[in-house]
Amino acid sequence: MSKLEAAFKNNKFAITSEIGPPKGVSFEQILKENISLRERVDAINVTDLQSSVMRLGSLAFSKILLDNGIEPVFQLTCRDRNRLALQSDLLSAAVLGIENVLLLTGDHPVLGDHPEAKPVYDLDSVQLLDCAKGLINGVDLCGNKLTGSPKLFLGAVVNPGVETIDLELLKMEKKVKAGAQFFQTQAVYDLSSFERFMKKAITFGVPIMAGIVLLKSANMARYLNDNVAGINVPDGLIKRMQDSKDKVKTSIGIASSLIKELKGNCQGVHIMPIGWDKHVVAVLDQAGL
Amino acid sequence: MIVTKQKSFQDIMEALKNKTNIFIIGCGECATTCKTGGEDEVKLLCAELSKNNKNITGFVIPKAPCVVSQTKRDLSKFRAELERSDCILVMACGLGVQAVIQSKRFNSKVVSGCDTLFAGSMTSLGEFFEFCSSCGECLLNITGGLCPVTRCPKSLLNGPCGGAKDGKCEVDRTKDCVWILIYERLKELGELDNIKSIVKAKNHRKNLRPGVRSLKKEN
Ligand code: SF4
Ligand code: SF4
Repeated sequence: MSKLEAAFKNNKFAITSEIGPPKGVSFEQILKENISLRERVDAINVTDLQSSVMRLGSLAFSKILLDNGIEPVFQLTCRDRNRLALQSDLLSAAVLGIENVLLLTGDHPVLGDHPEAKPVYDLDSVQLLDCAKGLINGVDLCGNKLTGSPKLFLGAVVNPGVETIDLELLKMEKKVKAGAQFFQTQAVYDLSSFERFMKKAITFGVPIMAGIVLLKSANMARYLNDNVAGINVPDGLIKRMQDSKDKVKTSIGIASSLIKELKGNCQGVHIMPIGWDKHVVAVLDQAGL
Repeated sequence: MIVTKQKSFQDIMEALKNKTNIFIIGCGECATTCKTGGEDEVKLLCAELSKNNKNITGFVIPKAPCVVSQTKRDLSKFRAELERSDCILVMACGLGVQAVIQSKRFNSKVVSGCDTLFAGSMTSLGEFFEFCSSCGECLLNITGGLCPVTRCPKSLLNGPCGGAKDGKCEVDRTKDCVWILIYERLKELGELDNIKSIVKAKNHRKNLRPGVRSLKKEN
């Protein structure tokens, strides 16, 4: 059983962080900044060509983390692989000793740095979860028997702040039916809408980790509000970032108090530092985790 | 209808390089509606090409050049003109261009003057919108008559990606998120149960290319 799965099982408040592999092969710096998290988090997500930008692969970087004593959450999207490649990569993850996987639809290629690429989306995230559950049970998507089935802990994402929350919950329930064993959410800033979301989401009986994105500036907060669905950074927080002389300190302060407030209402937090990896320890310190 | 866009005049000239006597074939159906290969556009093109030292041997606008038998019949009236031409320029979709080649009414080279975009329907505002991509296994009966395969850029079958903002798609904020439309429509129809169970992965053998189908009785 992975550390992350064990944390949920033991009702321990779970903590994950997130890294984006580099665009190139020099990974040492990112690794160095994350080593200090080894004893502080249950696992670290490795994003899969996040924002559709071509980079080092999530499977390779997940293995690097594992070799360095950090448990990875291997992110796998439907954007670039058809059902053969998706299933094969899940088997590959398992033989490398990677258990936690986060299965997502993935950003569309037109939003990234290779906008002329052909989008795949042979499966969607629900179908991928369903298919991964099949692999765990020893059969592939076409019902063929596997010689040795993978041990995987299946994660999925949900966006608690979207306008059409009933539709989002409907899809979340399908993900649970399909095999999702834990959820990580889009960034949460608006506590009351998160609470409303949790009222219903908790009834699905699957642990939910609230997403925390470190704000880097007031402009970034405004950008998130204007462009990213389901994110609503309140004016008060934007103002605090705007007026701050020490953005890092303020950002850490905001993130840690969000965590403290969310703690009683979810089963863990998923911190997305977006390059500020080295500040995650301070966030955890201040949040008392 | 098949939606087309004219290639740039420069690209058409490039395709007609080293050719002098040009016969033009338009389209009385889709390319007329799209204003890419109707009579007006073909006449305009004749004038432009003449100005650029091309000799236009003639033109015809078949009702629908993609119907080979019709094209054959229409072209047979232009034997002499076709014989005098060293190139046939087709202002129609890719189906039209290839049907003209299939008609075997001449031996000269055939050149396409349009880019074919998609099969679309036309709104009353004269905008074309792609509503179906011929997946071979229609889901409209469960999705309230709105196609997620085509109208969601990720072809998601089990609900939205969560990226829509103000009802608009994350991939292109000028377009509606079809999953929100599907949800609203099914709610209206009282058929939300349709999308509560998991829709299985699509069977892509159903639209294996090239598609072929015969009107002759299958036995
Ligand atoms: S599901 Fe969509 S793409 Fe497939 S046949 Fe129906 S309308 Fe066309
Ligand atoms: S926003 Fe809606 S239409 Fe656009 S990709 Fe996501 S689900 Fe599909």
